[in-house]
Amino acid sequence: MHDVMSICCYCGCGCGLYLKVDDGCVVGSSASKNHPVAKNNLCVKGWHVHEFIHHPDRLTQPLIRKNGQLLPCSWDEALAATAQALMRIKAEQGSDQLGVLASAKCSNEENYLLQKFTRAVLGTNNIDHCARL
Amino acid sequence: MAGLATTFGSGAMTNSIAEIEFAQVILVSGSNTTVAHPQVARRIYDAVDRGAKLIVIDPRSTRIARLAHIHLQIESGSDIPLLNGIMRCIVDDNLQDAAFMAAQTENYQALNDTLMAVNLDEVAAITRVDKALIQQAARLYATAECSTICYCLGVTQHICGTHNVQSYANLAMLTGQVARESTGVNPLRGQNNVQGSCDMGGLPNVYPGYQAVTDEVVQAKFEQAWGVPLSNTVGRPLLEMTHGDSTAKALSAMLIVGENPMLSDPGLTHVEATLKSLDFLVVADLFLTETAQLADVVFPAASFAEKTGTVTNSERRVQLMNQAIEPIGECKNDGEIIMELSRRMGYEMDYPDSAAVMDEIAALTPLYGGMHHDRLIGSWGLQWPCLDRNHPGTNYLHKNKFSRGKGYFSPANHIEPAEATDNDYPFVLITGRAYHHYHTGTVTRRCSMLNREHNIPWLDIHPDDANRLGLNFADKVVVASRRGQCTFSVCITDSVKRGDLYCDFHFHEAPVNLLTLTAADPIAHCPEFKRCAVQVIKEVL
Repeated sequence: MHDVMSICCYCGCGCGLYLKVDDGCVVGSSASKNHPVAKNNLCVKGWHVHEFIHHPDRLTQPLIRKNGQLLPCSWDEALAATAQALMRIKAEQGSDQLGVLASAKCSNEENYLLQKFTRAVLGTNNIDHCARL
Repeated sequence: MAGLATTFGSGAMTNSIAEIEFAQVILVSGSNTTVAHPQVARRIYDAVDRGAKLIVIDPRSTRIARLAHIHLQIESGSDIPLLNGIMRCIVDDNLQDAAFMAAQTENYQALNDTLMAVNLDEVAAITRVDKALIQQAARLYATAECSTICYCLGVTQHICGTHNVQSYANLAMLTGQVARESTGVNPLRGQNNVQGSCDMGGLPNVYPGYQAVTDEVVQAKFEQAWGVPLSNTVGRPLLEMTHGDSTAKALSAMLIVGENPMLSDPGLTHVEATLKSLDFLVVADLFLTETAQLADVVFPAASFAEKTGTVTNSERRVQLMNQAIEPIGECKNDGEIIMELSRRMGYEMDYPDSAAVMDEIAALTPLYGGMHHDRLIGSWGLQWPCLDRNHPGTNYLHKNKFSRGKGYFSPANHIEPAEATDNDYPFVLITGRAYHHYHTGTVTRRCSMLNREHNIPWLDIHPDDANRLGLNFADKVVVASRRGQCTFSVCITDSVKRGDLYCDFHFHEAPVNLLTLTAADPIAHCPEFKRCAVQVIKEVL
């Protein structure tokens, strides 16, 4: 078993913690003694942060709607269908008919790429996230 | 955040969380800190142990309110008159910091004019708080050497949220209780990277680092960096996107990454109609959420343990999450998904890793100018502003000078809540968060320990109201507003006032946003989650 430095995925306190990894699975967490916010402490959500990671309900492959039903498909099919739909709607109806919700659960780098994609590729400033909820 | 941005020039906590422990007076408003920000609450407890005085402004008698030396149990939505009352007391007692105001602020005359028209008896009537308590709180806050304010969604989730925030900022500037260590105005952010997604320009009006999309110089900078022409039209805010069903401005397609508006957004009936009316909806998430169930394509996303990248906490601390395991199944991280989509749409995005993305962020975002992964590895992060490679980061803001130059007083007057109670809908419903759960419960409802502790949507009701309605503990009740209804189990508690009700929004079994109002603050677009009119009906079994 080994520890990996990470940050709790829940509230804005941003506690530093160690994920306990055993045989490719996250099996627990522990607080950082030195983290300026955590100071050797986590709340109940932080102590149990590993419990959802390997949950059987996790989505493990892309889904696409066919005849009203969401069915498993390949990444290639899911990405191609999405790229085609977005390009078609952009060409037919204009960029400002497209909208993106970014996420307070994504990393900074992912949020940066998402707003860059929205502005540079989709061509609109229609991007927001649940900051106020 | 708009409130602090216009007043101080930066929409973020002015101080670090650890500094709270050394304040002499802590004013907590609209924050159930013990539950929603346990580590901040811990610092407040430590401060009180050291002799600090605690003032709590909250319509509910939360655990932290019960610990307070002064609890101002206001009527939900009456922050502005309360703050005007507090500031009027300060001016009457001549406790304002004239030297600080002269050197660091502007537009005080406008605030003074507003305060001179304040009648404390009227304030007491609107807020339902005793005048003497307001005076005590005013003196305590104004006379301490280091007073600090911590506030949360109880302040912002009102139709007057921006003015509420500005009122707290006015109080801090009036008394010079800002821009020093352990002394300032601190919005507590509810989600692990909500600060970062704002910082990164996940907003309709700004590029990364709050650089306006309408500023030509900024636009030219990003056009050059990204090699494409960009729009200078401000985009649509969240609620306009998710409530487009009945308007001409309805979108045709949406990409939703790691969000669940089908539980989190107000007026769920409108959200559902809007999402179903789209030509195309694509969702990336860990689980098949209520929102993903409506999608045309769903991407399986990697969790935080399956990727490397940074997040920014409430105190502006940019910290590295390291990948612990390989992605589950065929999951990909959101960055990979976006790059792949972009490539297929004819725009090459080719970053070898998230460190390379951060280098581009640093080059284009002055606040993050010195944030590079190699500086963050093995450390617990750097706080922005961090302007260049040698910059040590910033533990508290506005030292010597506000970010906008001079702090700007924006006075406000009471704004009536969007929905008044009446004979048909006599109760005020307040929504919020519980200790064991997070947001729409997508993740925490699947953590067995957390769900064992709390797996029922409760409705808090005052003992007098429960008696009047003949309710016992754990009875099932239907709560109805003009917009919809939900079923809860009754919890009888004096933590809510007579006439007030409280519930959490984590439970798909009781999607409380069927009840809430879509009315929102016109500037920050925060919905009025802290107040809508409802009725309670005992369910007959």
